[in-house]
This record gives sequence, structure tokens and C-alpha cells, in this order.
Amino acid sequence: MAILEVRNIEKKFDSTMVLQDVSFSLEEGNALAIIGSSGSGKTTLLRCLNFLEMPDKGSIVVRGETLFDASMPRREQEKGLRTKRLHFGMVFQSFNLFPQYTALENVMLAEKLLAKEREDFKQNKKEIYAQIREHGEALLSQMGLADRMTHYPHQLSGGQQQRVAIARALALKPDVLCFDEPTSALDPELTGEVLKVIRGLAKQKTTMIIVTHEMAFARDVSDQLIFMDDGVIVEQGDPRQVIDHPKEERTKQFLTRYAQG
Amino acid sequence: MFWSVTQSLLDGFLTTFQIFLFTLLFSLPLGLILAFASMSRFRPLRYLVQVLVWIIRGTPLMLQLIIIFYGPGLWLGHNIWKGNETGRITATVVAFAINYAGYFSVIFRGGIEGVPAGQREAGEVLGMTKSQIFFQITLLQMVKRVVPPMSNEVITLVKDTSLARIIAAYELTFAGYSFMKSNGLTWPLFYTGVFYLIFVGALTLLFNYIERRLDYFK
Repeated sequence: MAILEVRNIEKKFDSTMVLQDVSFSLEEGNALAIIGSSGSGKTTLLRCLNFLEMPDKGSIVVRGETLFDASMPRREQEKGLRTKRLHFGMVFQSFNLFPQYTALENVMLAEKLLAKEREDFKQNKKEIYAQIREHGEALLSQMGLADRMTHYPHQLSGGQQQRVAIARALALKPDVLCFDEPTSALDPELTGEVLKVIRGLAKQKTTMIIVTHEMAFARDVSDQLIFMDDGVIVEQGDPRQVIDHPKEERTKQFLTRYAQG
Repeated sequence: MFWSVTQSLLDGFLTTFQIFLFTLLFSLPLGLILAFASMSRFRPLRYLVQVLVWIIRGTPLMLQLIIIFYGPGLWLGHNIWKGNETGRITATVVAFAINYAGYFSVIFRGGIEGVPAGQREAGEVLGMTKSQIFFQITLLQMVKRVVPPMSNEVITLVKDTSLARIIAAYELTFAGYSFMKSNGLTWPLFYTGVFYLIFVGALTLLFNYIERRLDYFK
């Protein structure tokens, strides 16, 4: 069974159709890359999955549980929104780290807040916090940031900040980790370190959706690829197949334009 | 003479300080509430706050103080403020708290809106509640942004306390002025100024300290 099923998502901003009849499914442990020109709806799709936007039509199902169905009444849709969000992790283009917290505090914050809702929190506060700290430190080490844990975001390079953001998103163990153009805000010499980390996650079979402009990266790292244009999925399938032998005219045009830079 | 002037000025300063302290105590939270109301999705509330802030900022504080102190007595037939010093200070604090809350609300709104939307969104996708996002993420970033404009307002407040003289509250300026009126002495006026300068100097140091304490993040 697919870990994620997205069915017939539609989203309008005022009268502009941003997403139209978007459907796909993702298997556990797979990485899905989404490519397409700016304004094609890729980012909006990720924002819908994280419920930063509410789709106007369609449904989102994770592990067989319907998290969102546009035909449900509004109140029903927003019920338990917080817990529903936890199924997805989000890595933003502009990192959005919390500037007043150190790298480690950024990673631990949400987990600490969630721990307060646990019934045994008062009795086991110390142990719980110790576990969270250990977990946070392990994640940052995994990101190659063991020596940067007590640094504040402004003391880190863009690539380091983005790796902290990845650790922060991983901390809550989401079912699906979403990346919204994770390297677009980085200087070219810093994209490598972030892509390397994502590659590592793919090797560990982290379920991911990666919106990216890095075509070669998308081709290597993903198990599945979607090309979007004007709010619709034009073509999807095996990444090598789609990138090396596109079937659709629009995909061909996009890739040619892209190759020419 | 010097000691009796000092004694009187200290008395006056005590009143000044009380007005200052209680005004801040009430206007800071009230300003934050007004700031939220002015950003509310509920339009009538937003408009109401806008009109309120317009009136508060559009009329002299002295006029507001006179109306708040004398108004109830004239309209209701009995004065809701006690006729003693405490009553005058209370009325002053009420007028000042409302007035300053109006100014603070605009500063706070700017501070909150200045925090990038991505900060709120990052909190949301991490499953935080609205209040967790405000208190754990937005608040401190807002505070950092509002410290410089707030220091201006707070320093203005120190000197605005002298308006309480209009309803005969015995504050610092009143105390200094009374020596000129009764004894024809002018030097107590300068001495009065020294009190204000020391107070404002201390506040300036405090604000510098706060700014430095918040310097650890950008």
C-alpha cells in the first residue's frame, strides 16, 4: 500500500487555477522529485500537503488514513490539523530557522513542546528532555554539524542552516519529508553539501518529495518523477525515462530550455 | 532651603514615578491586545481599533486627561475619582494607559508584522499551536524589533507625566514650579530638570542593556 495518496487536488487563488486535478501516489521509502518551471504549482502542492494551504478539491491519504478531503465540512477539515501536519515534514527554500535559538534548540523545540502533552511528562521530565537532546544531537551529527550545535543561525552558512532545517524537520519523524527547492537560496558552492545530505537520506530509504531545479540531482536521487506545468501533472514516471526520453511535447520543451540554461 | 526643595522634589518625583510605572504596567498588555485587535480578521473590530487609535493619537493627551478626570463628575453627577491625590493619580494613569496603549499598539503591530511569515509557517508545520508560535517564536523577535521605537515612547512618557499638573496632581514639575510661584526661586526649576535627566539617563542605560542582551541573534 502506498504511504501517500494524493487524489484530484485542485487549488485556486481567487480565480487563478494553481493546481488542477493533481493525483499521484508514493511508496514508502521512495523519493519523488517534482520538476517544472516557476509558477507551475510545485510549491503550492507541497504547501497543500503541509496544510499551509487548503486545497479546494481532492483528498490526501496517508497510510490509509484520510487526512484531508475537500468534500468534508470545513470544521472537520481543520479538526486535528496540528496532528495531521505531523505526518509531513517541510524544508523551506529560505530555511526559516528560528533566529533566537541555537541549531540544537531549533531541532529540539517542537519535540519538547509535544513532550509537554505526554501524560508522564511531569514525572519523567528529565529523562524525556535528555532523550530529546540525545536525538537532536544525533540528527545534527548525521547532518555533519556536530561542531555547530550551539551556533545561532546567523553564525552559520546557508548550507549549514539548511542542514539544520533538515534535522529540524526530521526530528518529529514525519511519514513524508518535503523539500521546497532546498538549494535555490544557496550560493552554488554550497548546494553540494545539502544535496549530499538529501542523497544520504534517500539511501536510508526516507520517504521524500523534493521540489527542485537541479535536474541531474532529481534524476539520480529520485525513484519517481513528476513534471508539472501550469498547475497540472504533464508527465510522471521513472526519472531517467522522463528526463532522458520525455514523451510529452511540453516536457521536451521544458527540458530543452533547461539544458540551454 | 536646598534640603526642603530636595524633599519636595522627591515627593513630586514619587508621584511622577508612580504615574510612569503604572502607565507602563497597564498600557503594555493593553497595547498588545489592541495590536492583535487591529490585525483581526473580524473587520468591525479592526475598524473600531483604527478609530480608537485615530482619536487617541489625534487629540492632545492633556485634553484626554481633562475629559477623563472631570467628565465623569459632570456627566454622572458624582466624581468617580477620589478628590485626593490618589484619585488624581488614578485618573492620570487611566488616561495615560489608554493613550500610550494606542501608540504601543501601532509599534507592536509593526513588530509582529515584521516577523517573516516563514517563521509562523515553520512553527505550523512542526505542529505548534498558535499560542506556542506566538510565545516561543514571534514574541522575542517582535521584542527585538520594537525596543528602539519603544525606548522613544517610554522616554516621552517620563516627560508627559508633567501634564498631570493640569488636574493638580503634585508631580515633579508641579513641585519645582511651586517654588517659583511662592518664593520667586528659579533654580529649583533647573534642579527639577536634573531629576528628569537622571531618570531618562537611567532608562537610556536600561534600553541599551536590553538591546545588547538581544544582540545574540539577528
